[in-house]
Amino acid sequence: MSRPNIPTSRLDAAAVNRPLRGSAAIVGAATYGCGEAPGMDDMALLARAAQAAVADAGLTMQDIDGIATCSVGATMWALPVIEHLGINPTYVDSTMLGGSSFIAHLLPAMRALEAGQCKAVLVCYGSAQRSATFGRKEVQSVRRFLDPQPYEFPYEPVLPVTAYALAAARHMHEFGTTREQLAEVAVAARAWAQKNPEAFMRDPLSIDEVLAARMIASPLTVRDCCLVTDGGGAIVLTRATQARDLKQQPVYVLGNATAVWHRQISCMPDLTTTSAVQSGAQAFAMAGLKPADMDMAQVYDAFTINTILFLEDLGFCAKGEGGAFVQGGGIAPGGRLAVNTNGGGLSCVHPGMYGIFALIEAVRQLRGEAGARQLPRARTAVVHGNGGTLSSQATAILGTAETL
Amino acid sequence: MHMTAQTHYQAELDAGRFRIQQCGACSRHIFPPRELCPHCGAGALRWTPARGTGAVYSTSTVSRKPDAGGNYNVALIDLDEGVRMMSRVEGVPPESVQIGQRVHAYVGSKDGRGLVLFAPLREAQQPTGGAA
Ligand SMILES: [Zn+2]
Repeated sequence: MSRPNIPTSRLDAAAVNRPLRGSAAIVGAATYGCGEAPGMDDMALLARAAQAAVADAGLTMQDIDGIATCSVGATMWALPVIEHLGINPTYVDSTMLGGSSFIAHLLPAMRALEAGQCKAVLVCYGSAQRSATFGRKEVQSVRRFLDPQPYEFPYEPVLPVTAYALAAARHMHEFGTTREQLAEVAVAARAWAQKNPEAFMRDPLSIDEVLAARMIASPLTVRDCCLVTDGGGAIVLTRATQARDLKQQPVYVLGNATAVWHRQISCMPDLTTTSAVQSGAQAFAMAGLKPADMDMAQVYDAFTINTILFLEDLGFCAKGEGGAFVQGGGIAPGGRLAVNTNGGGLSCVHPGMYGIFALIEAVRQLRGEAGARQLPRARTAVVHGNGGTLSSQATAILGTAETL
Repeated sequence: MHMTAQTHYQAELDAGRFRIQQCGACSRHIFPPRELCPHCGAGALRWTPARGTGAVYSTSTVSRKPDAGGNYNVALIDLDEGVRMMSRVEGVPPESVQIGQRVHAYVGSKDGRGLVLFAPLREAQQPTGGAA
């Protein structure tokens, strides 16, 4: 098995998308019910987040004529969302790629906005994954039937964690990455979470505690794994020309790309290199920026190995050097790069799919609204989403007005 | 009646045979089974006995309560044909399975259906998994 190469033809896509750089902006963003929201269901959380994001933009729900949404459970999720919100969209995207979906929804929405197909796109998600314990087992068995993996299920991998454990074990084997370095990721996330009142887990956490925690699938302990929380999140996207007349400082989308190489972990060409190398290269090329230009990275940390893989694949360090990059508080407050400043999926919020929350945190930082965790310099952000078992990768580059 | 790649694969396993596909057009081996060659798009895929030898590409010990059967191994195995599959290395403690370790396949069973499992391959040992 050889390390995958990105065909140059795939990078040409960035050139095609280049005219869309900065053509659209995030003008509203909100979360709702992050952590525990007893009594709420997926739709209730989505609706409250959507309402808040639209209000944040200074718009009304009647102004929304584009929608991008998907759900872990419902296959036709856009339909009940449209019905519930009472909107009449001319643009509908319900593409479901797992947790990266909401970051993958950006570029098609920008294209629709640019073409005049719609004026305001609501990207929204809600999940009561933590509180809705009723029916979890049934949902799991239905999902196994609807999304069969007949070459893996007989071996009883506990998915997704076993898949990520296999990637972590291989990364440790190839590059000497240590369990302590994996633990650094969880400890840094917790340190950021302690500065964020919205974060679900805010108790102090040490490397020793991560290592001593209950093993789930070696080498990953329960503290190497993301939270299971409730939460809703939404953003509103308009054309840049309209954004300037709205209430909030626009956050411009400078680059965006999505890549998928496999579904099952056994079909991933090389467990230490994700298709983030492709989505990242395309997104940076579209933005005309590079990793060194980024003031922060909000990456999908479903497991501690994810952050290490994505920092490498997005180009913040060479392949294999992610462990050293995060070591010694490298991505904690005061470190060499601000990563997952809300506490991430490991300590802040992770209701089934995390991507929208990474986007919202970047927006809050770029607007200077991040309170105690606010970065002194916040003009650019890379936001990276992951879905499946390291299967789908979507990268967005966001920036303030001065980056246009 | 048409047999899908998956039903064919499983029917062979149920009969105790481990077979994988090979593309008639580009000659590459294919796993997991498919209708079309993922390398060249050809539909002319033939079934061939797997040699059954390979090496552990990655491994994890999944924690499970002792009364539910205890910890078990999940591994990704690179077969010598150049394809990868998920499986389990049996006959040794799950924690002792090592990346790079040579293994050989055999057809076991689970819930009355055949499935491919692996055991450590010792130096002089003849591969048995591809037989028949
Ligand atoms: Zn072929």
